[in-house]
Amino acid sequence: MRHPTVMRTVLRTLLAMLLALPLAAFGGEALPFSELSMSEPQRQFSETQECVQPEEEMRRNHMEYILHQRDETVHKGIRTRVYALEECINCHATRVEETGEYVRADDPRHFCAACHTYASVKIDCFQCHADVPVRESTLNTGNNSVPKDEIHGLAAELQQMLAAEGKP
Amino acid sequence: MKLALHYREIEGKSTGFWVLLGGLGLLIGLAMGSVLHMEHAGHHVTGMNNQIVWGLPHVFAIFLIVAASGALNVASIGTVFGKSLYKPLARLSGLLAIALLLGGLIVLVLDLGHPDRLIIAMTYYNFKSIFAWNIILYNGFLALTIVYIWFMMERKMNRYYRTAGFFAFIWRLVLTTGTGSIFGFLVARETYDAALLAPMFVIMSFSFGLAAFILVLMAAYNWTQRPLGDLILFRLKNLLGVFVASVLYFVVVYHLTNLYATEHHDVERFILLEGGIFTGLFWIVQIGLGSLLPLAMLYHPTIGKSRPAIATAAALVIIGGFAQLYVLLIGGQAYPLEMFPGYEVSSSFFDGVIGSYSPSIWEIALGVGGVAISLLIVIIAIRVLRFLPETLEDEVVDPHAAKAS
Amino acid sequence: MSNDVSNQMNTSRRNFLTKAGTTAGAAVVAPGVFLTTPAAAKPADEPVDIERRWGILIDTAKCDDCSDCVTACKIENGWGSANPVEEESSPEQQAQWIRKVGLKNKSTGHVLSLPLMCQHCETAPCVDVCPTGASFKRADGIVLVDKHICIGCRYCMMACPYKARSFIHETITDQKPWAPRGKGTVESCTMCVHRVDEGKIPACVEACKADNHNAMFFGDLNDENSVISQELEKHGGEQVRADLELNTGVRYRGI
Repeated sequence: MRHPTVMRTVLRTLLAMLLALPLAAFGGEALPFSELSMSEPQRQFSETQECVQPEEEMRRNHMEYILHQRDETVHKGIRTRVYALEECINCHATRVEETGEYVRADDPRHFCAACHTYASVKIDCFQCHADVPVRESTLNTGNNSVPKDEIHGLAAELQQMLAAEGKP
Repeated sequence: MKLALHYREIEGKSTGFWVLLGGLGLLIGLAMGSVLHMEHAGHHVTGMNNQIVWGLPHVFAIFLIVAASGALNVASIGTVFGKSLYKPLARLSGLLAIALLLGGLIVLVLDLGHPDRLIIAMTYYNFKSIFAWNIILYNGFLALTIVYIWFMMERKMNRYYRTAGFFAFIWRLVLTTGTGSIFGFLVARETYDAALLAPMFVIMSFSFGLAAFILVLMAAYNWTQRPLGDLILFRLKNLLGVFVASVLYFVVVYHLTNLYATEHHDVERFILLEGGIFTGLFWIVQIGLGSLLPLAMLYHPTIGKSRPAIATAAALVIIGGFAQLYVLLIGGQAYPLEMFPGYEVSSSFFDGVIGSYSPSIWEIALGVGGVAISLLIVIIAIRVLRFLPETLEDEVVDPHAAKAS
Repeated sequence: MSNDVSNQMNTSRRNFLTKAGTTAGAAVVAPGVFLTTPAAAKPADEPVDIERRWGILIDTAKCDDCSDCVTACKIENGWGSANPVEEESSPEQQAQWIRKVGLKNKSTGHVLSLPLMCQHCETAPCVDVCPTGASFKRADGIVLVDKHICIGCRYCMMACPYKARSFIHETITDQKPWAPRGKGTVESCTMCVHRVDEGKIPACVEACKADNHNAMFFGDLNDENSVISQELEKHGGEQVRADLELNTGVRYRGI
C-alpha cells in the first residue's frame, strides 16, 4: 500500500504552497504597506521624533492611543492634546496640490483613508469627527516644549497597558 | 392501541411548499434591501422623527417578541400543568416561540441607528437599563427553549424535559414582564408610566402567541393534509377566547385607572376620543375587530365550530394586537409631553403639538420581513426535524375522551 | 414646581463645599462681576471630580422673545440653520439642542418665554435606561452621550421628560472638532463641556450676557459662594417637572 505516502507528499506540498502564498503575493521581502504612498505630516513632533510616539509604535498601536484618549476625554474631561484625534488631523491632513483644499476622509488620499482602504479596515471616526483641520493646533511641536508630564504620564500608562496585553 | 403518537418531518416537495419558501424569501430580501437603504441614507428616509422615535419596526418587533413568549404557553400547559392533551403540540410551540423571537429581535436590531455596533450592545452593559436586562432575557429564553425542545426530542434526555419546561415557563413570564417594563418604567410619558403594563404585556403575550400558534398549526396540518382533530382545536380556540377576554379586561382597567386621575384626562381624551387614527385604531380595530368580534365568533355555538371561522378569529386577534401596540407605542409618543401644567406651550421643536407619523415603505418592508423570517424558520425546521405529529386525530390526542364522546 | 435647590443639595457635598468655597476666596464680590467667571480652569490632564456640580439658572423675567442663546449654541456646536447640515431631514427630524419655548398661562393669559435644553438631572432617566452606558453623567453633573458606544436605540429619548434629545437622521459632515456629531446616534446639550473644561462658560450663557439680557447664570451649584448658588439661595429656582424629583442642574425662576 503506497497510497498513504503519496497522499502525505501531496498534502505536504499543498500545505507548503499555501504557506508560501502570502510571500509569493508580495514578492518575498516587500510587505503590503511598502507600496502605499502616504502623505507627509505637516510638522515633526520634536527634533528627534517624527510623531508623538516613534513611527513604528504609531503604525502598530495608533488606535490604542486614540481609544484611550477618547475615553479619558469623554468620560473624565481630560483634554490633553498629544493624543487628541483633532491634533492627528491637524498634522496629517493632506491638501490637494492644485487647489490647496484638504482632502476628505472618503478620498483615498486622506492620510487615514490611504492605509485603511488598503487594509480594508473600516474606520468609524469620521462619521462624527471632523476629518479636516478646523482650528489652529494647540499642541506644541518642533521643540521640546511639550509639557513633560503631559506626554509621559499618558504614554507611560499606555505602554504599561499595552505591555500587559502582550503587545510590543 | 392502533394510533400512537409519531412525529415526522413534513414532506416539503410540493410546488406550494416552494412557492411559500420563495415568497417568504422575497419578503426577507425586500426587508434586507430596505435596511441597507435606511442605514446608508440614515433614518431621514423613514417616517420616524424626534417626536416619534420608535415607529412601525418597533410595533412589529415588540409584537413578535410578545407573541414569542406566548407561543410557548401551549408547551407549558402540557409540561408544567400536566395537561396531556397539549403534549403533542409542545415541540411546535417551542419552535414557534424561538422563531417569533428571532424575527422580532432581527427587526429590533436592524432599526437601530447603529446596527453595525451590535457587538457594543453585547459588550457594554448598563445593568440598570431594562433594555440591557432584556438582551439577557432574550438570549436566555432562546437557550432555554432550545434545551427544552432538545430534551423533548432526545429520548436519552427525555426525563429532564419537565424541568427544562418549568424553567422555560418561569423565564418567559420574566421576559414578558421585562418587555412590558420597557414602557412601564418610563416616568416621563403619561401613557406608559404604569406598573400595570407589565402584567398586561404578559396577558397580551398569552393571547397573541396562542393566536399565532393556532394559525400556524391549522395551516401546517391543512397544507400537509395531516388530520387535525376537533378535540385539540376546540380546546385551543376556547383558551384563546379566555385570553382575548383577559386582555380586554386589562385594557379596561388600564383606561379606567387613567380616567380616575384627573391629570390623565387629557391624554385619555386624546386616545379615546380625539386622536384621529389612534382613536380609530383603538375602537374599531383593537376593540371591535380584534377583541369583541373574535370573542363572539369563538364562543358562538355554530360559528365557533367552523374551522375557517376559528382561523379568521385568530387572524383578527393578531390584527387587533398590532393595533393595540400601535396605539400604545405610537399614540403614546404622539401625545406631547406635559412639562408646564396650566400653560399653552409652543416652540420650534414641536412642543405641545401632537406628533405626526406616517410609516415609510422601508419600515413596512422591514417589519413584514421580520414576520417572514419567523415563518421561514418554522417551515425549514418542520421540514428537517420532527416537530409535527403525523396526526392529531382525537384518538391520538386523548384516547379516553375520544372514546367517551 | 417649587423645590428650592438648597433643600435638595446633597448635604455631604455641601459641607465639603463650604471648605472648598473658602479656598475659592475672592468669590464674595458683586454678583454682576461673577456672571461670566466660573472657578478657575482645571489642568487639562486632570479628570473632573464630584467637588463641583455645574448648573444653569434661567431668570424668565429677564428672558424675552430673543433667541441669542439658541443661535450661539448652533454656531458653537455646529447644528441647525447656522450650518449646512441636516438638509435631508424634515424639520421634525432635525436636531435641536436648545430651543425657545413660549408659554401662555391658560387662566391668566400671562406670557413668558424660556430656553429649554437638557436639564442635566442628578438622577437622569436617560442614564438609567441606556443599555450600553453611552448615556452617562460626568462626575461634575454634566449629562452626556458617549457617541462611540451609542447604538442609536433611542430609548433615552423615550425616557427624557424634557424632550431634550435628538437623533441624527442623516450623514453629517463638517462638524466642529470640539462637538462631534454623527448619523445614527443621539445627542443633546453638553453644557458646552469643552468650554467648561477650559474654564469658560457655555455659549448660550455667554451670548445672553453679551447682549446684556443677563437672564442666564452658569456656575457651581456645590459652591455656596458662587453667584448661581447665591442667586438660588436668595430668590429660589424651580425645576421643570419637579414632581419627578430628578434634581436638575438647570433651574428656572418665574415658572
